[in-house]
Amino acid sequence: MTSTSPTETHVAPQADHGDPARSWLARIAEGRAWLFLAGLIICFEVWSRLSFGATFVLNPFNVQSIAIFAVAPLLLATGQTFVIISGGIDLSLGFIMGLAAVVAAHATNMAGVAMPVPLAMMLGILAAVIVAGVPGVINGLLISRLRIPPFIGTLGMFGVARGAAFLLAGGTTVPVQNSWFALLGNGRFYGVPYLVIIAAVFVVVMHYILSQTRFGQHNYAIGANVQAASRAGIDIKGHILRLYVLSAMCAGLGGALYAARFTAGAAQAGEPLLLDSVAAVVIGGASLFGGSGTIFGTVAGALVIAVIQYGLVFVNVEPFWQFIAVGLVIIISVLIDQAQRRFSGARQDE
Amino acid sequence: MNSSEQTAPLLEVRHLSKHFGAVQALNDFSMAVGPGEVVALAGDNGAGKTTLIKAISGVFQPTGGEILLRGQPVTFATPQEAREKGIETIYQDLALADNLSIGANIFLGREPMRKVFGFLPVLDRKAMAVAAKQTMGRLDFHVSRLDAPVSNFSGGQRQAVAIGRAVYWDAQILIMDEPTAALGVPEQRKVISLIHQLKAQGRGVIFISHNLQDIFAVSDRIVVLRRGIQAGERKISETNHDEVVKLMVGG
Repeated sequence: MTSTSPTETHVAPQADHGDPARSWLARIAEGRAWLFLAGLIICFEVWSRLSFGATFVLNPFNVQSIAIFAVAPLLLATGQTFVIISGGIDLSLGFIMGLAAVVAAHATNMAGVAMPVPLAMMLGILAAVIVAGVPGVINGLLISRLRIPPFIGTLGMFGVARGAAFLLAGGTTVPVQNSWFALLGNGRFYGVPYLVIIAAVFVVVMHYILSQTRFGQHNYAIGANVQAASRAGIDIKGHILRLYVLSAMCAGLGGALYAARFTAGAAQAGEPLLLDSVAAVVIGGASLFGGSGTIFGTVAGALVIAVIQYGLVFVNVEPFWQFIAVGLVIIISVLIDQAQRRFSGARQDE
Repeated sequence: MNSSEQTAPLLEVRHLSKHFGAVQALNDFSMAVGPGEVVALAGDNGAGKTTLIKAISGVFQPTGGEILLRGQPVTFATPQEAREKGIETIYQDLALADNLSIGANIFLGREPMRKVFGFLPVLDRKAMAVAAKQTMGRLDFHVSRLDAPVSNFSGGQRQAVAIGRAVYWDAQILIMDEPTAALGVPEQRKVISLIHQLKAQGRGVIFISHNLQDIFAVSDRIVVLRRGIQAGERKISETNHDEVVKLMVGG
């Protein structure tokens, strides 16, 4: 065997396509988040039955509400997953989402004057995603070319996007006049909200990109050892640029869906969601040091947060406990992650 | 063993110089590496070993002199160009992504793809695992858990993965910077035997080490650098530790 062509080595498709040879560490971490989610649901179920004699999870309304509740943080968190795996962080996502929500509202209204309602809606969503890409490009250039640490670069963009969003919105919320847009945000298909369907499709696409493409593979490599990735010939600067554009566009879609759900664009739409997105990624098993994490882990992480927030309201606990509960879950997740890391480190020295 | 009929050496550097401002890091240095030959590069810290390998592997442009591959003069603008010509450097700190499998590390940056459902390109992990198994087998290194991340392996095994990557991509000249430095004794032996394998396959190896025992165990020749100049060149069979140390420190 000599060197083969580096591209397109065709092998007959296997039944186990899509089996990611991901590190077992990440797999355990991902499984852990789902396990945690199951435990959490059982807790709320028991609590709910004991307190009110009512079911929590078997109530379709609750499930739907939690799912809708989780959509926006999940969209931010999928982009954030890529960024955190690469060893970075994107603090600007919350206000990029707000900016996109305002752009979606304005663009849909403006387009609605001249064209049919469905087309105006699509144009509005497209405009939101594209405009969201602009701060993403700036983030990417700052971090890759000017070597500004991601924390600082995106913190700066957090302020810029925030200001731009409020200026564009004129300091208020921008209502959307488009019946299709409202339907997208609140309609259902056989009982499943459109928003949830869109988020589910989106998650599958993002999982594919992360686990099955070169872009995803390079993302893991960069997060583990950027020098190794660079020596292997990976275009680090180009990758980082695309990475931050991708995460910004995720937030852009999140903003557009927010505008659909509330039939209004608001600059502060994503403000509380930024930290939720980081929390979802961490609870989902990613390490803030980079190199590990999965999209499905993040899905579990986002659901954990949504269940805690919705569940505590459902069992009638004062809402401020949500913050404490989510905060504790984050700390516990990181502790488990570190314990696992030490465990695998010990194996290494055998 | 396995010496080639070719008259030109695999790699030759002639009168190579490199200065950084007023500092002359490398001065009129010449050496050659033939097929199946292991040449040790020895010298104290700051003697110019690192400058030399960085000039050969395309990290620096030499200020003067020339590099010849099989008799043809070459210049490398980037390490990538050197790698494409078959010169692979295996760094002391190992250029591996610890969270990826052996196969993924071998193919890092040039991953094979396959199509599912006839249109959707996905990473061909199976091909990567098969290539990993074969390549590591050629180095007499057998692993059972091909999907495990390389962080699970020992230092010597990881060194083998780095060498395996070079072998898979058909590197003809391997530059190894202190490959045994961070390893325990049994692991060092393993790496020494890996270098013997490379030699038997007709590749040229430039082996940088502080450890004279390793140098004598594996090299055919030793080239000693001192303050950027070639302080001496000996066949291993015709020299001893004392002489090499004298060349290194200058006495």
